[in-house]
Amino acid sequence: MATQHTQLVNEPRTATKIILETKSLTRRFRTLTAVDKLNVSVQAGEMFGLVGPNGAGKTTVIKMLTTILPPTSGTALVAGHDIVKHSARVRSAIGYVPQLLSADGSLTGYENLLIFAKLYHIPRSERKERIHDALNFMGLSEFADKMVREYSGGMIRRLEVAESMLHRPTVLFLDEPTVGLDPIARKTVWEHIQRLRSDYGATILMTTHYMEEADELCDRVAIMHLGRVAAIGTPSELKASVGEGATLDDVFVHYSGYEVDSGGNWREVSSTRRVARRLG
Amino acid sequence: MKSQAQGVLHEDSVNPTRGLIGQSFATALNFATDTMTIAELEARKLHHDFTELLTRAVQPALWLLIFGEVLARVKAIPTGSISYMDFMTPGILAQSVLFIAIFYGIAVIWERDLGIVHKFLASPAPRSALILGKALSASERGLSQAVIVYLLALLVGVHINWNLPAMLGVVVVVILGSALFSTFSLIIACIVRTRERFMGIGQLLTMPLFFASNAIYPISIMPLWLQAVSRVNPLTYEVDALRPLMVAGGTSVYGIVTDLVALVLAMVIFVVIAARLYPRVAM
Repeated sequence: MATQHTQLVNEPRTATKIILETKSLTRRFRTLTAVDKLNVSVQAGEMFGLVGPNGAGKTTVIKMLTTILPPTSGTALVAGHDIVKHSARVRSAIGYVPQLLSADGSLTGYENLLIFAKLYHIPRSERKERIHDALNFMGLSEFADKMVREYSGGMIRRLEVAESMLHRPTVLFLDEPTVGLDPIARKTVWEHIQRLRSDYGATILMTTHYMEEADELCDRVAIMHLGRVAAIGTPSELKASVGEGATLDDVFVHYSGYEVDSGGNWREVSSTRRVARRLG
Repeated sequence: MKSQAQGVLHEDSVNPTRGLIGQSFATALNFATDTMTIAELEARKLHHDFTELLTRAVQPALWLLIFGEVLARVKAIPTGSISYMDFMTPGILAQSVLFIAIFYGIAVIWERDLGIVHKFLASPAPRSALILGKALSASERGLSQAVIVYLLALLVGVHINWNLPAMLGVVVVVILGSALFSTFSLIIACIVRTRERFMGIGQLLTMPLFFASNAIYPISIMPLWLQAVSRVNPLTYEVDALRPLMVAGGTSVYGIVTDLVALVLAMVIFVVIAARLYPRVAM
């Protein structure tokens, strides 16, 4: 799988156009520095993964890049726009699937997509076709008129990804796209994300704390620890840097000092569990 | 496929060839469509669940059929040339609109615990359009209350003002009233952030807002300090506007224009505050 990825990447890489670049991006919450002078760049067409234990700052990075949270200092360019100065332009150019459940359970799948098609000003003439394409792409066509609260967790995730891609964003942010999903649903979501990338050529930045997920999906991975990048590279580079026969899990432990289950405070655990419950 | 991937959206909002007037017109148009999209979203949710609307009918029924009938017998409250039932009916309409609107903010707390707020905030829709859209959707609930209160009023023999422009006036005031108090509710939700605290504060606010207004008795019979409170209470202006519009022979103390100005002013202030606080919900 990994070799196949390297080939996939070859073409966009020769073009090497940087589509996302953070510049000393920093966020403090009172005394805690959640993200500490982050400098990362992502190339067009790349699938980039931010991995790290809970509290490493992954979600904070995504919130800043999607302009939901203003940085304390530093900035970033997303699709050529400054997230601090031109947040509105950034918002037009990106798609975002939050970690928490974001599809509306009291609407049908079609309605969920319709509202977003309107909010992103997709012309009326194209709306229907785009929505049907998106549903079809995600394998949800036959459930279009079902209420989303009757969907399974994997279907909800696929719907959310469909929603975030409706307006063909330049950069797509996926925050823990498979958290709380069972292995089969996770595989299906992976397949759809991969197809999304190959069909639409979107640049994708995702966070995950599943190492196998990063290994499977990402061209490059940054391992975050305490708000900083502890290591960055392709999955195979990272594995090689730790030693022969190392898995990405070993890399993770090596760079994050994340030995035993220390992850998460009450709030994180409760929100992750809630997502898991609602999705599962 | 790839060429399509480069942001096709919003070409119109960043088109440099368009004049300044054309651009601000496009901005205003976008703002209006975004607002209506959010309102549509909430309306669609409501239409999937009608039971909510019906259970809402209970409270105004209690006030009009029990409280109103009893107080009307006592004849203790000076209501000018109209009967007490005629006097209180617009007050009960305003009150039932208030009671629905004031708990509207809990939806934001719910959405915050999920990722819905995050998703909206990362979309290009202006924050104030998100707020205004939510506020307008609360109006739909408010209007359904108006229908119920009109039916109840007919039942108890209130002298309704059937003049069509006046009834349209009622629609406008009810829309303003619901939008106003639901935005107020959003502000509270953005500040307290948890369901438990929000419910507590909601309960705490509704009754004082209701009693410190002209809804069920005229301001003139209140102690002075309460009169002062009533005069800054938007509910007072809502009821004051509703009285001549809804009831034959009803009179407004401040004049409908003053009432509308007061309501719109309060609405604008609340939307501005809410649009500033709303993004903090997702942080």
